[in-house]
Amino acid sequence: MDLNEQELSQAEKDRREYRKAQRKRSVWISLASTLAFAVIVWFGLIATPGWERVEQSFFNWDVAVASFPRVIDGLLLNLRVLVAAAILVLVFGLLLAIIRTLKSPVFFPLRVLSKGYVDLFRGLPLIIVLYLVGFGIPGLRLEFLGRIPAEVLGIVALTITYSAYVSEVFRAGIESVHSSQRLAARSLGLSYSKSMRLVVLPQAVRKVVPPLMNDFIALQKDVGLISVLGAIDAVRGAQIEVAKFANFTPYVVAGLLFVLLAIPTIRLADRISARFTSREQQGVTL
Amino acid sequence: MIDWNRPRLKVVGLKKFYGDRRVINGVDLEVFPGQIVALIGSSGSGKSTLLRCVNQIEDLTDGQIFLDGEEVSAPGVNQDLIRAQIGLVFQSFNLFSHLSILNNITLALRHVKKMDRDAAIKLAQSWLTRIGLGDRGESYPDKISGGQQQRAAIIRAVAMEPKVLLLDEVTSALDPELVGEVLDLIRELKAGGTTILMATHELSFAREVADWVIFLEQGQIYEQGEAKDFFEKASKPRTIEFLSRMRSR
Ligand SMILES: Nc1ncnc2c1ncn2[C@@H]1O[C@H](COP(=O)(O)OP(=O)(O)O)[C@@H](O)[C@H]1O
Ligand SMILES: [Mg+2]
Repeated sequence: MDLNEQELSQAEKDRREYRKAQRKRSVWISLASTLAFAVIVWFGLIATPGWERVEQSFFNWDVAVASFPRVIDGLLLNLRVLVAAAILVLVFGLLLAIIRTLKSPVFFPLRVLSKGYVDLFRGLPLIIVLYLVGFGIPGLRLEFLGRIPAEVLGIVALTITYSAYVSEVFRAGIESVHSSQRLAARSLGLSYSKSMRLVVLPQAVRKVVPPLMNDFIALQKDVGLISVLGAIDAVRGAQIEVAKFANFTPYVVAGLLFVLLAIPTIRLADRISARFTSREQQGVTL
Repeated sequence: MIDWNRPRLKVVGLKKFYGDRRVINGVDLEVFPGQIVALIGSSGSGKSTLLRCVNQIEDLTDGQIFLDGEEVSAPGVNQDLIRAQIGLVFQSFNLFSHLSILNNITLALRHVKKMDRDAAIKLAQSWLTRIGLGDRGESYPDKISGGQQQRAAIIRAVAMEPKVLLLDEVTSALDPELVGEVLDLIRELKAGGTTILMATHELSFAREVADWVIFLEQGQIYEQGEAKDFFEKASKPRTIEFLSRMRSR
């Protein structure tokens, strides 16, 4: 790379010439394929006989503008639920994971319980958990709780389900910390809990950042499901507007807003996991 | 006052079984203050297990361990406190990979010895300077050489002022050109009076620095003697065979 042109051997010059030709070719190919793709979309969708009607009822600009305030209002509720659920999930997920790594026989029942919990809620569809929590807890008629808002019930249901996933992520992280790190900590006189807190967990958490980001992205979408409990979130707000205008555009608006919300997280997750991969390829122990 | 005639470390009838596997099968040994005792033996003979039992990061199957005459294997003894008085350094992966070299050393000083932050840093820094790593305190373990890592791991243990230091083949995982600097540090510790029980494959080093040599074979002491002439005077067949195997490497 640092050689100047004159110093290059003929072989390297040929190679560079060849690569340049290849690059030119790929630019042409990608242009051609983009064009071909546009043509297919045109004939496959926009030139279909029903397109005009679909456009009217899904991509109506006036309806989009009119429904926007209510949808964005609802999205703020989704965001609040997201933040609350994410924090609770981290706490409970970590707690469940730590319980499962406790070796002492004293913790046998707790360990079995947490394993059962994880198995159950990894298998149970979120929507069912939402219904069970959403209609089950109020059904208990716990007077002292008063009337629990739908979004709180939503947070509870999301936390229950996502803690199960996230505890598995944390557990894998804890187990991937080299056993001699734990032994080294113990041999210095650190107690079990201190070696966990000061040595094992900090290393485990670093390792699980990429998979945790993926769960966060999934949670970001699933907060939209709290609408089934009647919380006026972006989805429910869109639903109301759909009924008002007899037009589906508000759903598209809500969908676009969710995607916009997710994109920064998705990019961040990509960047973080790329950094982790390259660090691992360099043989760096995190 | 140090009682030079009382063993710093005394192991009596130590046994460690994994299921049916009798990995340590009745070991007695003593290490006196300021002494270095070398444990030699083929791979799998139980050297590491013995050291881990002395430090009690492994539960004992049977036997007793005394530190300055006090039984530390007795039920009810706070084993975390005991471990803080027995340093242990492994072949590799000793340093905490998420902490700088300096913080590796201060961690136990602060959280076990309850030193305040500044005092711990000062102590750690003075040790690092002594071993020529004074400017590497902020580096992370993966940014320094294996020899530097092992030296940092050894002083991390020594900074706790343990009554006895256990070294488990601390040079075995190193490139040959890095072995010397670690052995130099052990020589220096001996000169400073540190009491050491070390498993090693470096026979000439054992002969040079150790006072006593123990040859371990299938979890038992097969032969032992004074380091200065053990390597010539060893008389039992398996010892002779082991020594000649090591020499021809
Ligand atoms: N946790 C364990 N479970 C079962 N066997 C073990 C365990 N740890 C060590 N061993 C066995 O004990 C024997 C002695 O191992 P070790 O103490 O590492 O020997 P050395 O350090 O002399 O090479 C080996 O045969 C090994 O397989
Ligand atoms: Mg070993």
